[in-house]
Amino acid sequence: MTVAEKSQRFADVRVGDSLPERDFDCDNVQLMLYNAVLWNGHRIHFDEPYTKEVEGYPGLVLAGPMLGDWLHQCVDEWLGDDGRILSVDYSNRQAAYVGDTLTSGGTITAVRPSEQEIDVDVFIKNKEGALVAPGTMVVRFGESW
Amino acid sequence: MSLLSPELLAHIGSKSEPQREIVTRRDIRKYAVATGSRQRKYLDGDQAPPMFHVPLFWDVVELNQLTPDGVSIDSLLPKFPLEKAMAGGLKIEYHKPIRPGDWLTSTRTLTDIYEKEGRSGSLIFYEVIMDVVNDDQELVIREKTTRILR
Repeated sequence: MTVAEKSQRFADVRVGDSLPERDFDCDNVQLMLYNAVLWNGHRIHFDEPYTKEVEGYPGLVLAGPMLGDWLHQCVDEWLGDDGRILSVDYSNRQAAYVGDTLTSGGTITAVRPSEQEIDVDVFIKNKEGALVAPGTMVVRFGESW
Repeated sequence: MSLLSPELLAHIGSKSEPQREIVTRRDIRKYAVATGSRQRKYLDGDQAPPMFHVPLFWDVVELNQLTPDGVSIDSLLPKFPLEKAMAGGLKIEYHKPIRPGDWLTSTRTLTDIYEKEGRSGSLIFYEVIMDVVNDDQELVIREKTTRILR
């Protein structure tokens, strides 16, 4: 760990800056692999007849924490080795399904020069623009793992 | 009249048995691939990405302990008078990096149960804090889950 070196990157960061957006198209294979990694046997993630007929969903449901991971990837990729994520606070607000194209992104909402820290509003949105998973992250520059 | 009986509220403070697990390069790689990571350090398993503690400490239960819909029952939780789960929230603090070979121990505590009036009736909220420490008892991750039942 390198601790709180003065970051040139931080000097260029402004409130209102947007992070690069990324589209995610999770298919059955990726969803199956993700739940296998978790050891999650919940049928709504792989049993399509059950999911539609018994639970009444329009399709296989994406696992909530996977969307949380995508929020992290959005900020982590943008940061590279220039900083690290200190904390996240997010919620899964509505379901998303296999076949949906989801988009991750973020906006800087606060910059704290004395700590070289920023707050980022992050989101996963669906094609209709609805917030599927909103959150906030606290990031510190000049420190990476 | 409150949905939360004194007996139910007495569960606040309940703790799970500590669970100790080893971090392997293979498990990190599988997680990175499954989440669609594009970063070499994660795909090669040199370092765990954020949220890797989620699969590391997911309950491994036997088949006969799963409900018919494939869900494992969380033994930390009491039986609530409302059962339909709504959206949940997660708050995670990252204190130390995680690398292959690390032994980590998690302990989960039911830290709160409370009730709120929603638009269509009562809602029950509960909070579980999971602390992940290394073998030197240093805090690596603290995660607070909030779940809503209706």
